Amino acid sequence: MPAVNRRGLPVNRRDFLRIAGFGGVVFASGLARGADAYQAGEQEFFFVQLSDTHWGFQGAANPDALGTLPKAVAAVNALDPQPDFIVFTGDLSHTTDDPAERRKRLAGFKEVISGLKNRNIRLMPGEHDASLDRGEAYKELFGPTRYSFDHKGVHFIALDNVSDPAARIGEEQLAWMKADLAKQPPEARIVVLTHRPLFPLYPQWDWATRDGDEAIALLMPHRNVTVFYGHIHQEHHFKTGHIEHHSAKSLIFPLPVAGSAPKRAPIAWDPAQPYRGLGFRQVEAEPKPVEYKITELPVVRS
Amino acid sequence: MKRRTLLLGALGLAGASLAQNAPAETIRIEARKFEFVPERVTLKLGVPVVLELTAPEVTMGFSAPDLGLHAEIAPGKPVRLPFTPRRAGEFPFACDIFCGEGHEDMTGVIHVTA
Repeated sequence: MPAVNRRGLPVNRRDFLRIAGFGGVVFASGLARGADAYQAGEQEFFFVQLSDTHWGFQGAANPDALGTLPKAVAAVNALDPQPDFIVFTGDLSHTTDDPAERRKRLAGFKEVISGLKNRNIRLMPGEHDASLDRGEAYKELFGPTRYSFDHKGVHFIALDNVSDPAARIGEEQLAWMKADLAKQPPEARIVVLTHRPLFPLYPQWDWATRDGDEAIALLMPHRNVTVFYGHIHQEHHFKTGHIEHHSAKSLIFPLPVAGSAPKRAPIAWDPAQPYRGLGFRQVEAEPKPVEYKITELPVVRS
Repeated sequence: MKRRTLLLGALGLAGASLAQNAPAETIRIEARKFEFVPERVTLKLGVPVVLELTAPEVTMGFSAPDLGLHAEIAPGKPVRLPFTPRRAGEFPFACDIFCGEGHEDMTGVIHVTA
């Protein structure tokens, strides 16, 4: 799928190519910093992003709801070499009003991903996991809903824009983010991981973060920022100023392009092309020049 | 003849003034798990209304970004939004407070006719 903006039109990008026979699509995302800014400790590496697994979902939109995540785990395990780490950008489980069932579904997700060979796993919640209890069950099973870490010269920030059911990051978390960013020089390589889009992709379908503009304002002074997120169950690429935003496919069902259907209902499962529209991605981080090469991968190779 | 036209014009203005001063019609929309009732509202361009929003079960959101309308609706606390449509067309609205498994179904349309 080509890179598109919120209206489905092509966006400017430095490079875009299909790899015949590989089953993936590469999106090369070039950032601002020049080649002369290479620093000691920076190395190439890659991580894998999976999103919106919705463990516990039952419905016609995915007749293999119990099998899709295990297949994705197998596909990640088959990567050679293995990624440095694995990120899940939220909606690990499908929501339920029943707190006990919520814990059961989150525990079920945890059990399935225990099959990942690479144990360096970074999780964050989606609104299905955390909005009905403000993250209580999620924290019991997985710990904090926001955090930051450094890896081979890149500063990662996991932002929680779902524990508030009104999709606010909130003043307290924004203050934490501001303090975290204050330790980073303007040229630092920063990657934000979150669930909802930080920009108003399509608020008509609740595809937004209510105070996402405040987070973007905090990021703007930094020259090399990329955001990876989920929530919309499809690939999407967009820029706010110099900041790039890349959404990931789901591992349960795809959703229509923003505004292209009367309802944001799942795209029907196609028995002739099972798992179509589902997948995960590998992200190669290159320090010189600063670039993230995104390769979209299917759940099952044909 | 000229005087008659002026008189009719004055009456017309008075008629318009009366229409504008008439109480705005109240359009009631209930946000319940997991639908808006009604989910399609038809309004007339330029005619003021008051949208009265209620949520009987849990706090819900009402967001129609193309019309600049937004509200949080708590149970037992109806929200009244005075509104005069200034553009004809179909404008989607949605719940923007996550409310449960059917949250994604909570959408609707305000249809403004010319």
